[in-house]
Amino acid sequence: MKQSSTSSLVEVADGAASSFATLSARRLLLLGGIGLILVGMIFGDIFAVFVLHQNAARVGANLTAAAHGALAGDRAAVLANFQNVGAFLENRGTKVDTHVHMIDFGYLALMLALLQPWVALSESTKKRIAWVFLFGSGLLPVCVFLIHYVGLARSPLQSLGWASIFADFGGLLVVLATLAYLQGLVRSVTGKEPIVARDSLLADRSAEGRLLLVGGVLLILVGFLHGAYYAAADLYRHEAMDFSILSEMAAGAAGSNAAGIARSLNAYGTLQGDKAVNIAAHAHAIEFGLLAMMMAFFQPYVALREAWRRRWAVVLLLGSLLLPVCVLLELRYGLVAGGLADLGGLLVIVALMAMWIGILRYMGQLDAALGEEP
Amino acid sequence: MSGAQRLLILGGIGLALLGMSYGLWYAVFNEHQELDGIGKSLASGFSAAAERNAPAAAATFKQYKEEKYGYDRHVDVHSHWIGLAMLLIVLGIAFDRVAFSDGVKYLFALGLFLGAFVFPLGVLMQTYSHGPGPRAVTIAGSALVIASLAGMALGFARERVSS
Repeated sequence: MKQSSTSSLVEVADGAASSFATLSARRLLLLGGIGLILVGMIFGDIFAVFVLHQNAARVGANLTAAAHGALAGDRAAVLANFQNVGAFLENRGTKVDTHVHMIDFGYLALMLALLQPWVALSESTKKRIAWVFLFGSGLLPVCVFLIHYVGLARSPLQSLGWASIFADFGGLLVVLATLAYLQGLVRSVTGKEPIVARDSLLADRSAEGRLLLVGGVLLILVGFLHGAYYAAADLYRHEAMDFSILSEMAAGAAGSNAAGIARSLNAYGTLQGDKAVNIAAHAHAIEFGLLAMMMAFFQPYVALREAWRRRWAVVLLLGSLLLPVCVLLELRYGLVAGGLADLGGLLVIVALMAMWIGILRYMGQLDAALGEEP
Repeated sequence: MSGAQRLLILGGIGLALLGMSYGLWYAVFNEHQELDGIGKSLASGFSAAAERNAPAAAATFKQYKEEKYGYDRHVDVHSHWIGLAMLLIVLGIAFDRVAFSDGVKYLFALGLFLGAFVFPLGVLMQTYSHGPGPRAVTIAGSALVIASLAGMALGFARERVSS
């Protein structure tokens, strides 16, 4: 039994060795990509639980104080509170950007991993490009996170601090690396160096792979339909309300109408919440759909029993659906829906972690089998 | 690699580069200035209200509205081009699993690529004109994306049934 499993591993190793050798570009991009997605998601969960709501409360409190400052005719209080609002929003914005960019670069890394057999470049060049890509993908979010803390300290520029400069440099590295892979792809498909890519990874038709693929496409479709509905029914109305509520708030302050200000502040908070949940539901459904589709391709690398591979696929899809649906319900059902949404995010993280461990096990088996060859 | 796959994969990477380059340009030259502008208009509006100057407050809030409108769309263009690009690449890789004839598959691929390019372009055009033209372009682009994606989902489902 042990002999047959070892020989099958050698066969697998023979097939995969060319595209999945130790520290190959594909392996680097796959491990780095899933790692980036996991770190980005865990960061997002920590941010949502410990920072997001507290930050929103502080923004609301400062906006209220600014409106009451205006009501009292205290211009200095208005400016001081708006400075605080700006700082809180920048803090929030950089945290959201860290979360989003880390995950999106992870997705891009997975896609580039899939495309490796079609990239007409030498393996050493592909590997160097992968390192540049991963370095840029890590640098940008880390520096975006630091923007709020570093500010403009010792910066040679008027509106860009060092953290922003390094973040932009990270982005540039990612663009250059992607461009380099694109050049390799163009060389492959234009016939100068034609490649007939026979990739066993793409030929896989396992049940869990198909489940993730079809589930992913459906999630994306649902996300698009929701986005289109939101754009058609609510987006312009929300934008008009944003302007009119703020105008009413200022008019209330100018006319010493405290009750009017309170009404406007209430309406403004509700509006921001409504916008946030709709955008978050739309974005998360599509992103999780993409993740499910990409993980469908990598199922042959997940060295777990078939039943467990299927279970983790179901858990990933369940979490991917639960999070956006519960985010949408947050305005109506409050913390209960919020808690369920966080649970959905956690399910996705756990399932992804399990698949990552499966891929690491596969690599260990592959390397061991290759090491046993004469 | 079939023609449809080539269109989706190369088109997707090209679109990702376009979206990233646009985001990089926007972050370096525009974003901070626009955010500063939004913050300053809000603060000025409420300061004018504190001074009981309603016309000045109304004028600065109009400025805020314009700046916020532009900022939201610039960010949307960047994220939608890149997001759709990723979808194009992934679908391109999986495209041999869509159980339709090559002609139909190419039509879906073309529809998705055109929609993915045109939809954010329409959003970008909205920053230059608030008229119905850019909105029509945006709606047409998103309709192309949704219709093509629905067709592909059906194709994936047909493959599942046939196997």
